[in-house]
Amino acid sequence: MARRTVEVELSTTGLDSQGRPQRVPILTDDGGGGLALQAPPGIEPDLNGEHMLINIGPQHPATHGVLRLVLELDGETVVRCIPHIGYLHCGFEKMGEYRQYNQIICWTDREDYLNSIGNNVAFALGAERLFGIEITERCKVLRVIASELSRIMSHLVWLGTFCIDIGAFTPFLWAFQRREEIYRLLEKWIGARLTTSATRVGGMAADIPNGWMDGLRQFIRTFPHTLDEIDRVLTKNAIWVGRTVGLGVMTPEEAINWGLSGPMLRASGVDYDVRKDFPYLDYETYDFEVPVGTNGDVYDRYLVRFEELRQSVRILQQAADRLPDGPVNIDDPRVILPPKSKATSEMESMIHHFKVVMEGPRPPIGESYFAVESPKGEKGYYMVSDGTAKPVRWRIRPPSFVNLAAIPKMVEGHLLSDVIAINASIDIVMGEIDR
Amino acid sequence: MQQKFGGAVKRAEVIWGETVVYVEPASVHDVIRWLHDDPSQRYDFLSDVTAVEYRDSEVPIEVVWHLRSLPFRRFLRVKSQIPKGQPLEIASVYDIYRSADWLERECYDMFGIRFRGHPDLRRILMWEQYKEGFPLRKDFPLRGRFSRSEQLRQALAQNPEARYSMEELTIADAFAELPNDMRERLSKGERTGE
Repeated sequence: MARRTVEVELSTTGLDSQGRPQRVPILTDDGGGGLALQAPPGIEPDLNGEHMLINIGPQHPATHGVLRLVLELDGETVVRCIPHIGYLHCGFEKMGEYRQYNQIICWTDREDYLNSIGNNVAFALGAERLFGIEITERCKVLRVIASELSRIMSHLVWLGTFCIDIGAFTPFLWAFQRREEIYRLLEKWIGARLTTSATRVGGMAADIPNGWMDGLRQFIRTFPHTLDEIDRVLTKNAIWVGRTVGLGVMTPEEAINWGLSGPMLRASGVDYDVRKDFPYLDYETYDFEVPVGTNGDVYDRYLVRFEELRQSVRILQQAADRLPDGPVNIDDPRVILPPKSKATSEMESMIHHFKVVMEGPRPPIGESYFAVESPKGEKGYYMVSDGTAKPVRWRIRPPSFVNLAAIPKMVEGHLLSDVIAINASIDIVMGEIDR
Repeated sequence: MQQKFGGAVKRAEVIWGETVVYVEPASVHDVIRWLHDDPSQRYDFLSDVTAVEYRDSEVPIEVVWHLRSLPFRRFLRVKSQIPKGQPLEIASVYDIYRSADWLERECYDMFGIRFRGHPDLRRILMWEQYKEGFPLRKDFPLRGRFSRSEQLRQALAQNPEARYSMEELTIADAFAELPNDMRERLSKGERTGE
C-alpha cells in the first residue's frame, strides 16, 4: 500500500501557516520516509507469544445483530478471527417451498429488514421473469422509487450505527430523523413501515395515494441538506479519518475473488453495479453515477456509500419527474387480483379472485436468477418452478453473507478496536445472513 | 466450450435470457477453472453456489453455480446433476474462488453435498452438533425431524459453555480447565465442543 495523505481539518490547529487545511500523514505499511507513526520494530516487549481468545457477541451492540466473532489476540492485535453465524436462521428458503409466490413476498421483508421494500421489488422482478410477465411503465417507475427510498433508508441506518461504533453520536440522530420521514412516506403508500410487502407478481399492492408525490418532492428537496451537514461533520474530521483510513484493505483482485459486491467491491476500485451492468427496471435510462473508491479501506467504503446516497436522490428526482399515468398492475386475471368491487359483483371476477387466492398464479416450468443492486450488494433470487403454484426451490443470494465471509481476511493484523470499525463497514444484516 | 470438453458438457440451453450449461460432475472443476482462466471467458466472479432437489424423486439433485464475467458483463449458470445412487459429492471450487468458502459450507449444511477439496467443510447456519439431517432436502419435513419436545430437550441439555470448537479451545490454551469428558474427547481428536 502506498503512503497516503488525507486532508483533515484538525479541530485545534486547523490551518497551517499559509492558511491551508493541514495535511496529516496516516499510518502506512511501508514505514519509510520518517512520516510513519508506527513504532519501529523491536521496541515492543516480547510477551512470549501468549495468545488470548476473546469472544464478541452474539449479543453485542457492535456486532449489528447476532453475529459472534471469536478472536485470537496477540496483545491487542488480531491474529485470527473465526466468525460464527446462524443464530437467526429461520429457514425462509425451506418455507418458501410450501408457499405461493405472492405469499413468499412477505418473507422477503423479513430477511434484509432494513431494505424490505427493495427486497419486495427484487423478488417480484425475479418471479415475473419466471412467469414471463412484462410489467407496466408506471409500475417500473414506482419500483425504482421504492428501491431508491429503501437504499437511502438502509444507508442511513448503516451510517448512523457506523458513527456510533466509531464514537460519534450526532450523525446517528440526524440520519434516523430523515429515515423516519421515509417511513412516514411508506406508511402513507403501503400502510406498513417496516414489513412492507409492497409488491405483487405483476404489479404493486397499491398505487400511491393522492398528494404522495408532494411528500416525496419535499424529501428530495430537504434531504441533501442533511447529507451536507453529516458530510461537514465527518468526512474531514481528524478522528473519523484516523479511525477509518487504511483499515480492512481489500485489493480489487482480492475483492472480486472473495465475491464482495456492492459498495464493498466498488470501494476497492472495481466498477461493478448491477444497475449499470445488468440493467433492470430501465435503470440504463436514468442519469446517475456509480461512485468507485481507490484504496478499498473502511474510509473509502464510507465515501462510496455516502456518494450513493446523493446519487439515489438524483434517481429519485428523475423518477418523480417521469412518473407516467396509467395502470400499475398488468391486465392478466390469472396473475393479478380483480378490483374488490368487481370481485363481489361479477361472477367471472369472483372466480378469478378465488383462483388467484386459493390456487395461486402458476408459472411455466423453468428457472430464473434475478439479481438487483441492493444497498448491501448483489442480491439475487433464484427460483425453480416445476409448473405448480409453489416453487421447487427458492434461493436467496445474500450479499452480506458473502461480504461477511471476508471478515477474517480484513481484520487480521489490525487492533481489536478496529475490528468494530471493519465489521461496521461491511454493513451486515443478520436477518439476511442467516435467513 | 462443447468442442473443448467434448462429452463432459452435456447440453446448453437458454431460459429467459440466461444461459445454462449442464456439465458432468467429474469435470466440473476443469470446466470452471477454464471459464475462470481463459482470456476469452474470464468468469472471475462467483455469485452463488447452491443446489436444487426436485419434488419428483426420479430427477437427480443438481448443484448450481452462478458465474459472472465482470470484464465482459456476462452471466452464466453452470449445472451439474449428481446421478441417483451415487454419493452426494462434487469437487470444490474453493481454490478458484474464495467466495465459494461459505457458499459451499451452506450448501453442505442444507443439502449434505460434500465438496471435495474444501478445507473446512462444516455446518454454518445450523450448529455443529445438529443431528436432524439436512433441512432443505425434500425428505426433511417442514416441522423438523424431531418432535417439539425432543427439540426442546436437546436445546436444554446443551452446555452453553462448551460452545467453542475444539480448535478454538486449543488456541486459548484452556485445555487444563476443561471438564474431564471434554478433555477425553479432545485427546481422541474430535473437532467440536460439547
